[in-house]
Amino acid sequence: MIVVLVEADAQGATVVSREALTFARELAGRSGEAVQAVLVGTLPKAARPGLLAHLGEQGVPVMHFAQDDRLSGYAAAAWSAAVIDVVKSAAADILIAAGTPRGNEILAHVATRLDVAMAANVVHVETTSPLVVTRQVVGGAALEEMRLDDPVAVLSVAGHACDPQPAAEPAVTEIVDYTPTVSDRDLVARVARVEATTVDDTGALTSARVVVGAGRGAGGPDGFAGVLELTELLGGALGVSRVVTSLGWRPHTEQVGQTGSRIAPDLYVPCGISGAIQHWAGCQSAKTILAINIDAEAPMVTKAHYAVIGNLHEIVPAVNAELRARLGR
Amino acid sequence: MNVLVCIKRVPDVSGEVLLTEDAQSVDARHVGFTVSPHEECAVELATQLAGASGGTATVLSLGPAESVEQLRNAMAVGCSDGVLIEADTDRFGPADVAGAIADVVTAREAAGTPYDLVLLGNDAADTGDFQVPVRLAYALDRPVLTGISTCALDGDRVQARGDGPDGTEIFEVPLPAVVAVMEGGVSPRYPSVPGRMKAKRAPLETLTPAIEPKGSGRVRLKLPPPRPSIVEILGQGPEAAPAVVDLLVRIGVVSP
Repeated sequence: MIVVLVEADAQGATVVSREALTFARELAGRSGEAVQAVLVGTLPKAARPGLLAHLGEQGVPVMHFAQDDRLSGYAAAAWSAAVIDVVKSAAADILIAAGTPRGNEILAHVATRLDVAMAANVVHVETTSPLVVTRQVVGGAALEEMRLDDPVAVLSVAGHACDPQPAAEPAVTEIVDYTPTVSDRDLVARVARVEATTVDDTGALTSARVVVGAGRGAGGPDGFAGVLELTELLGGALGVSRVVTSLGWRPHTEQVGQTGSRIAPDLYVPCGISGAIQHWAGCQSAKTILAINIDAEAPMVTKAHYAVIGNLHEIVPAVNAELRARLGR
Repeated sequence: MNVLVCIKRVPDVSGEVLLTEDAQSVDARHVGFTVSPHEECAVELATQLAGASGGTATVLSLGPAESVEQLRNAMAVGCSDGVLIEADTDRFGPADVAGAIADVVTAREAAGTPYDLVLLGNDAADTGDFQVPVRLAYALDRPVLTGISTCALDGDRVQARGDGPDGTEIFEVPLPAVVAVMEGGVSPRYPSVPGRMKAKRAPLETLTPAIEPKGSGRVRLKLPPPRPSIVEILGQGPEAAPAVVDLLVRIGVVSP
């Protein structure tokens, strides 16, 4: 049995959770196993139909749903205890989650408690017997083939390593409530409260269909007016390089890269970003990349699908004007 | 309160990555070495917290003898002493690293230097395992937080903040604790000349790990297939604007 830890948002299962379900189903097809899901935490009533639709589309017949009032605030240790209950009751030999901060954190707790290895950010399964996976290391600039031969293989799937594909045979998903064995000790490191972020949060960035990027070429904290206007005209989100956040020009929540967010928009428009490994790690899953850069040899340009060469402070306003003219805004 | 901060010497790759002939590690002959941005922030936090509480910050690394370079750098920005667990990191998996660090924490506590707070980077820049802080916390039987941007001491508790899916999450955890730090909350300081001088003389203990490593399960490293350049240059300068908007319309991002 393969068990997949899913994360839910207001629309149902998150995109990366659906990717993990697709990944699990393909692995199950090769190893002849079944796939079930587990959800821990609160599920808003409004999100329930969306979640059931997503799970059904992914061919998942059963979702185990941990019921414990103490799970209203996130606590990784408690989440992992609840997941381990399902791993045991379903006699799972593979546990999969999306490679999100929470996914990786919960799996690390699970792997430690079960005294097994864990593979973070897996992109591919090489062989199923023995189980050898390929995962991203060095921010995705290199790959590692890793053997997972413990009784339970614990792995997270790198964000946007695969597209969520509907199963050939959809299922009618049954939600099975269960009472997890959570101890008080598991609740010590628990979210005490949440403060809404004032700036555009990273959730908007990671799910945006269009991301406009800005790097050192912006020139300073006052150099973002053009890219912000372009972001608004395209209905997208702003993402910046590490240089920009390190220099304090923009908040860290906007950073795209190995130490920031991983994005997978339909269109990414990096402006004045050279494209170091650190940044490429976060944006390589964009379907189309249109680079605006003064240096025609910059890695971001050579790796892009389209490019305009020149100063972003001249090009971006011209594009904005052209857009406004054609959109009648 | 004493703080222990753990760092890892990693190749400073920003361009193309090369592998060693046996495909077991990154070939760092033509690049320098560094620590991850997360760890630079962890060192800064450790220095601040130790200073605020009248304690000391100790920096630890598990790695080759050359890791002294990274340890001295951390001592130049405020850590008072260092510990090097000299080991071949390629033979050490995340559980092995956590076990070796836990042994040092336990031994130092027995010798009269308890570390109420252990800080680490959220994930190593090279192996990206996302596990050492959690495995260390379990080995020490302490609570653990990951993805933390800033933390402050509040009596015998630590208050920590980090970005969550719904906003900034605030945790309050009793000490002793383990905290994995993410870049973004503090700005690492640059070493001063007196700091560098002081770091040269700061005490550094070198240890050999007592445990026999289980390993990481690594079969081999490989490089992703090179991405052939397919870039189509739409134009030079602002004159390219109409071509850009044509493209945006063609791929369906805007509809006039």
